[in-house]
This record gives sequence, structure tokens and C-alpha cells, in this order.
Amino acid sequence: MRKVYLDYSATTPVKQEVLDEMIPYFTEKFGNPSSLYEIGAEAKETIMKAREQVAQLIGAKPQEVVFTSCGSESDNWALTSAAHWKRAQGNHIITTKIEHHAVLHTCQALEKEGFSVTYLNVKPDGRIDLQELADAITEKTILISIMMVNNEMGAIQPVKEAAAIAKKHGVLFHTDAVQAAGNVPIDVEELGVDMLSLSAHKIYGPKGIGAMYIRRGVALPPLIHGGAQEMKKRAGTENVPYIAGFGKAAEIARRQLAEHAERLTELRDYFISQVQKNIPYVDVNGGMEHRHPGNANLAFNFIEGESLLLMLDYYGISVSTGSACSSKSLEPSHVLAALGVPVEKIHGSLRFTIGDFTTKEDLDYTVECLVKIVEKLRALSPISAEKGWN
Amino acid sequence: MAMYNEKVMDLFMNPHNVGEIENADAVGTYGSPVCGDMMQITLKVENGVIADAKFKTFGCGSAIASSSMATEMIIGKTLEEALKVTNKDVLDALGGLPGPKIHCSVLSEQAIKAAIYDYAQKNGLELEGLKGYDPNADEDDHHGDLGDEE
Repeated sequence: MRKVYLDYSATTPVKQEVLDEMIPYFTEKFGNPSSLYEIGAEAKETIMKAREQVAQLIGAKPQEVVFTSCGSESDNWALTSAAHWKRAQGNHIITTKIEHHAVLHTCQALEKEGFSVTYLNVKPDGRIDLQELADAITEKTILISIMMVNNEMGAIQPVKEAAAIAKKHGVLFHTDAVQAAGNVPIDVEELGVDMLSLSAHKIYGPKGIGAMYIRRGVALPPLIHGGAQEMKKRAGTENVPYIAGFGKAAEIARRQLAEHAERLTELRDYFISQVQKNIPYVDVNGGMEHRHPGNANLAFNFIEGESLLLMLDYYGISVSTGSACSSKSLEPSHVLAALGVPVEKIHGSLRFTIGDFTTKEDLDYTVECLVKIVEKLRALSPISAEKGWN
Repeated sequence: MAMYNEKVMDLFMNPHNVGEIENADAVGTYGSPVCGDMMQITLKVENGVIADAKFKTFGCGSAIASSSMATEMIIGKTLEEALKVTNKDVLDALGGLPGPKIHCSVLSEQAIKAAIYDYAQKNGLELEGLKGYDPNADEDDHHGDLGDEE
């Protein structure tokens, strides 16, 4: 059976060139980078090279890039350490309602410690209102964290403008750029951010390795204490093969960024138009202008998302859903809710994310299957356009 | 998908008793699209026995499979017998559902009750199994947060 993977925002396959780069570091080049003999020094050099590759992807200097175990660690580190570090100056943090749970749940943990958090609203296109951000800043504000690209519906935030507001008030600014990397251009100098989280497995690198950009001069205390690795900012023996893979993936992502974004946009727009042409009552969640090039988040009215997902899986197609019933939490997507999408439509929303290995034929097959599946599930549903939602 | 057993997947992909009975003797609905699942059931009743039952369900795989199984289980039963079919019976017949999905089988039990209540109201019947039944009772809050993993 045909297999179609349309969940690139969940994770990406490791590219062959990336894997080839990693393999030798498991076996013959297994040295500890802290060791002084040859295979140690060789591993250390590998890390330096990868650090430069990742730095180049985001326009940073190599010494501003620290490797972590994943994007969630980077988010946890940025928020927790910055909050504790600046506590004497205030206890107020600003973020958005549509952050990844790595940021939201860290904020909730900080609230339990006595920090106060403002969660900014988003407009129907998924973007924040900069005036609302400026108005939210108080004397006690010590940190602002706003994601660059949303994972569910792809909204690209005005990070540059938001970081400028933070700077004007002398507030630290962090952005979760896990979904942005490789899909939209990132230049930390131009953006003016203090901290930025990255992850390798969203850019065709391995899972279990991430990074954090920390602007020079920002003395963020470590989250993980121990050895002197990573310029004394993140202890623990470096994961050399994964770091090498992350470096290679970053290098490819940087080289192919423009072409990749153009190709994905074209395929995504084709997919949305084909779905809407062939299936009635399908809405696009979020705006199209400032959006991740591969993201299509669609509401299929009158049916439920998990049953859609299961039937697509039956046809070999992998997608995800904002439906409550497919998430273990049984809560409908907090992101689509913040956009103002009615709950009954959230239950019928699917996220399709297109990537480098997606072809036009994959999308034609998906549309063909969707036509059949949606018709079948609508025939099963007590709700219809004629009967209305009740 | 490994999430559901074969029986559940089979009933989800090929559900039985789908549709609406024309000139049905009773109609019951339970849930709402806002809650994420809703079931409508129509019944044909002959001499106090459920001669036919059809359903339409907005919901996840478990909700659809449970609806199919529940309608199958009540056809041929008297109204009193049908009222004794619990979500546990439906669950057992399905060979179980994953933990967070168990509430989905409650949907069919409640929709059946609503339909038989409708029949009893229309025909002035007093049924033992409907004692204490409140057609306007709120759905249980069955939510718990286990987080995501992306």
C-alpha cells in the first residue's frame, strides 16, 4: 500500500547525508571530546564544526550556540533559568496562548513558584497584537517568550517587532524557533532576540538533540550542572554523533532554504485548493499570509477528527489532529481555541504538514482518499449542512 | 492502528445499522458536537420488542464502533431488556477500548435510554429501567490532562 507521510511538523526523517555524517561517531570515532588524546580532539573538532553550521543557519556566532538534548530542554532552560536569574528585578513573564507545551507548562510551573504570567491573545490569523504586548509590560516584567512559528497552524509571529518592544523596556526576549528553522529565514542579529530554541529532528536531523542560541553578554545560568562542557553552559558528555548530524542537517537546511520554502508553499497551496475544490464545507484554520510554507490546518465540518485520522491511516496516510479524542488529554487544541475556531470545528480539524519528500502524487492520492472518507463519515454523522450543527 | 483492537477497527471501518429509520417509533440523541461526540438512534418497536435500530454518530473511532455494537445488541430485545444493556456490556462485546476512550461507550448507552424514553413518553409507558432517568442530565466530565508529546 502507498505510504504518505504528511506530519513533518511532528518529526522528519533523517536525511541520508545526515545519517552518513553521524555513523562514524558511534564506532571508530567514539572519543570523549573532553579527552586530550587524538580521538578526543577529533570529537571536539566535530562539535566545533557543527556549532558553526548551526550558528550559520541562524546568523549567530558559533560561541553563541549551545547544544542541548532537545527543543523542550532549550525552552525549559530559557524560561526557568531566566526567571530565577532576574527574580530580584521582578516576577512577571509574558508569553502567548498558542505556545508549545514546553513553554506553556514551564510557565505554569513558574506560576506555582510565585511568578505571574500574562498569556497574550492571538488574532484569527494566529498572530499576536503588538500593542497588546506593549500594554502588558509592567515594571516587574523580566522575560518575554513568543514562538516564531506555531506548530499547529503555522502562524509566523512578528518576532522582530516584539523583540524591539522588549529591548526598549530592557526585558529579556526568548523565541521558540523549533518550527521556524529551515522553513523561514532566521537572522538573530536582525531579529534582536536574546535566546532562541532549536531542534534537529524538525530539520531532517536526529531526535534527541537540540540547541539554544544565547546572545553574547546574556549570562544565562545553566539548567544542567556538572562538567565544563558546552562553554560551561550545559554539562554532560556531548552527544557527538547527534551533534554532527544536527550540524549537517543545519548546513543542508541553510543551503536549501529558499528552494525548500518555495516548493513547499506551492505544494501546500495546491493541496488546499484541491481539497476545497473536491470537498464542500472545509475551512482553513488561520491566515495564509504569514504561515509556515508546509502547513495546512483544515476543518472538515460535521465530522470528527480522530475518525478522519484513523481512516486516513487505514489508507497509509499519516496526519495529526486538533481533535480532543485523538490526544491523550481529551482536550481540544488550545491553539485553535485561541484563534477563535468554534469547538465543534476544532474536533473536525486536521493538520497536514508537507516536507521535502512529499510529492504532488502523494497529495493527489491524499485528496482522493479524503473525498471518499469525508463522504463516508458525513453519511454516518447526525450533523449536516442541512440540519445545522444541532 | 495499534490503538484499537481488530474488532473495534472492523466495526469502525464497516459499521452495522447505520442510518435513520423512516417513520421511526422512537428517536434519541445524546452528546453534542461541542463535546466531541453525538449519537442519534432511531428505533422500530413491535409488540414491546425492538425490531430494528439505526444510528448516526459524530465522533471518534470508539464512538462509532460502540454505536454499531450497541445497536446490534438491542435489536430483538424487549425495551426492558434493552435498558439493561450497559456501557460495560458494550465494552466487553468490543473486547475493550483504550483507557481514555472508555467514556465513548457511555454515548450509546445514553442514546438508547433517550430513545426508549421517547417511546415511553409517546406511548404512556412506565418502564422499570427508566426509573430515575433524567433526559436533561448533563454529560459527565470525563476529561483528564495527560499532556502531548510532539
